[in-house]
Amino acid sequence: MDEAVLRSLTPTVIAVLVRRGADFAAAEDAVQEALIEAVRAWPAERPRDPQGWLITVAWRKFLDAARAEASRRRREEHAEAEPAPEPGPAVDDTLQLYFLCAHPSLSPASAVALTLRAVGGLTTRQIAQAYLVPEATMAQRISRAKKTVSGVRFTQPGDLTTVLRVLYLVFNEGYSGEVDLAAEAIRLTRQLAVLTKHEEAAGLLALMLLHHARRAARTRPDGSLVPLAEQDRGRWDTRLIAEGVDVLQAALARDRLGEFQAQAAIAALHADAQTAQETDWVQIVEWYDELVRLTDSPIARLNRAVALGEADGPRAGLAALAELDPSLPRHTAALAYLHERAGDAATAARLYADAARLASNLPERAHLTRQAARLNVLLRFPDE
Amino acid sequence: MAKYLLLKHYRGAPVAVNDVPMDQWTPEEVAAHIRYMDEFAARLESTGEFVDGQALSPEGAFVRSDGPGRPPVTDGPFAETKDLIAGWMVIDVDSYERAVELAGELSAAPGAGGEPIQEWLELRPILTVPPTITE
Repeated sequence: MDEAVLRSLTPTVIAVLVRRGADFAAAEDAVQEALIEAVRAWPAERPRDPQGWLITVAWRKFLDAARAEASRRRREEHAEAEPAPEPGPAVDDTLQLYFLCAHPSLSPASAVALTLRAVGGLTTRQIAQAYLVPEATMAQRISRAKKTVSGVRFTQPGDLTTVLRVLYLVFNEGYSGEVDLAAEAIRLTRQLAVLTKHEEAAGLLALMLLHHARRAARTRPDGSLVPLAEQDRGRWDTRLIAEGVDVLQAALARDRLGEFQAQAAIAALHADAQTAQETDWVQIVEWYDELVRLTDSPIARLNRAVALGEADGPRAGLAALAELDPSLPRHTAALAYLHERAGDAATAARLYADAARLASNLPERAHLTRQAARLNVLLRFPDE
Repeated sequence: MAKYLLLKHYRGAPVAVNDVPMDQWTPEEVAAHIRYMDEFAARLESTGEFVDGQALSPEGAFVRSDGPGRPPVTDGPFAETKDLIAGWMVIDVDSYERAVELAGELSAAPGAGGEPIQEWLELRPILTVPPTITE
C-alpha cells in the first residue's frame, strides 16, 4: 500500500467524523489510530474501498474511545448513538481542515505540526524526527494545538494567508528526516491550489516547484552549499520547472498579483537562464520592486539591492544596501559580495568573515568562511 | 521555530543577585531548588518546547590528540579554570523573545533563603539547516 495514498485520505476521513459529531481532537486521534491499523492490515488484504474502510475503522476507534471516556466518567448515555446518515465527503471539508490547522490563534510551530498530522497524515514520531525534537515534546505541541482550536467552529470560513504561510514554512524550513518535507509541502500545496483555485495558492505551488527543481544542484556531495550562480544548470529538473512555469503563468493571467506569484516569477526568471550570465537581472529587479510594493518586507529590499548590483553594477547595489538596516539577516554577506564585485577584496574578505560569524546556519557559515579564506589567499599571494 | 541552548555556569558568568554557594543553603532550600528545576522542565515538555537538558559534573579533564599512533593526552581537572559549565538545556521556541522569557524564569529558581537566585544564564542560538528559498 502506498503510504502517500493512505495519507492523502486523512483529511477527508477526519472531516467525515467531525460531521458525524466527533469533536476535532477526538476525530484526529481516531484517524491516526485507523491509519496505523491500515499500515498493519492492508499489505495482506487491501480493501476495495480504502476510504470507506478508513472511515469505518476510524469511527469505531472514535466510539471505543468515547465509550471508554464515558464509562470513566460513569456517564454511559453519552456517544452511543449510531452515526447520522452520511452526506458523502465534500471537497470543502478538506479545505476547512487546512484552515483549522493553520488557525491564526496557533503559533507557527504548532500550526506546522498540526497541519502535518491532520492534513498530511504523518505520525507524531515522523514529525518529531523531522524537526529534531523528542516525540513527547511534539505530542504535547500537537495536543495543545488541538485544544487551542477546539472552540473553532468547523464551518467558519478560514484565512488562506495563514495556510499559505504554514505551507511555506514546511517547505522552506523543512529539516530532513525519513519524510521528505519539501515533497510533502508540495503535495499539500498542490491539493490546496486545486481546492481553492486561488492564484496565490498557485503562486506558492509554482514557487515550491521552481525551487525544488534545483535541489540536486544546490548541494555538493559533501553537503556544502552551491550558490545559484555556480550551480550546474544541467542538473535542474526541467519537468518541475515546466510545471512551475505553467502553474505560474495561469495564475499571473488572472491579474491578481500577490507575494508568492512575484517570488515565483523571480525563480522562473532564474530557471529561464541557460547560464548565470544570461540571467535577466533587469526584469528580476522589476519583480523585486513589485514584491517590495506588495509586502514592504526588508528582506525583499535586501534581495532587491543584490539584484540591482547585478543589473546596474555593484556601486548601485551598494548604494541601495546602504539605505537598509545593517542588522538584517544576510546584510553583511550581501555587502561582502558587492564589495568583491566592486574590486575591493580586502573589505570583502573582512566582511565575509563577519558574515560567517552572523550566519544562522552551518552550511551558510561554512560557505561564507570559504569565501573569506579564498580572498585572504588572493590577498597574501596576489601573483598566483 | 528556533532552538536555543541555555547554559548555566558554575563559574565564568557575572555574579548572581542571590550569590550563596549551594552547600550553604538549608536542605529544604536545596530540595525546593531541585523541585523548581524539575517542574520547569516538565512544564516546557507540556508546552512542546523542551528538547533536552543535562546537569554536568564539575569534575572533568581536557583531552587532545597527541598525533597519529599515540594515545590522546589528558590534562586537568583545572580548579582554576575561569569558565565552568554546570548544565545545559535545549529549547525549541517560536521566537527569541520567548527564549529570553524562559531563560528569565529559569534564572529565578529559588536559592538561599528561598529567594530567587537571579543568576546569569547564557543564551545561545543553535545553528539551523539552511532555508531552501533565499533569493
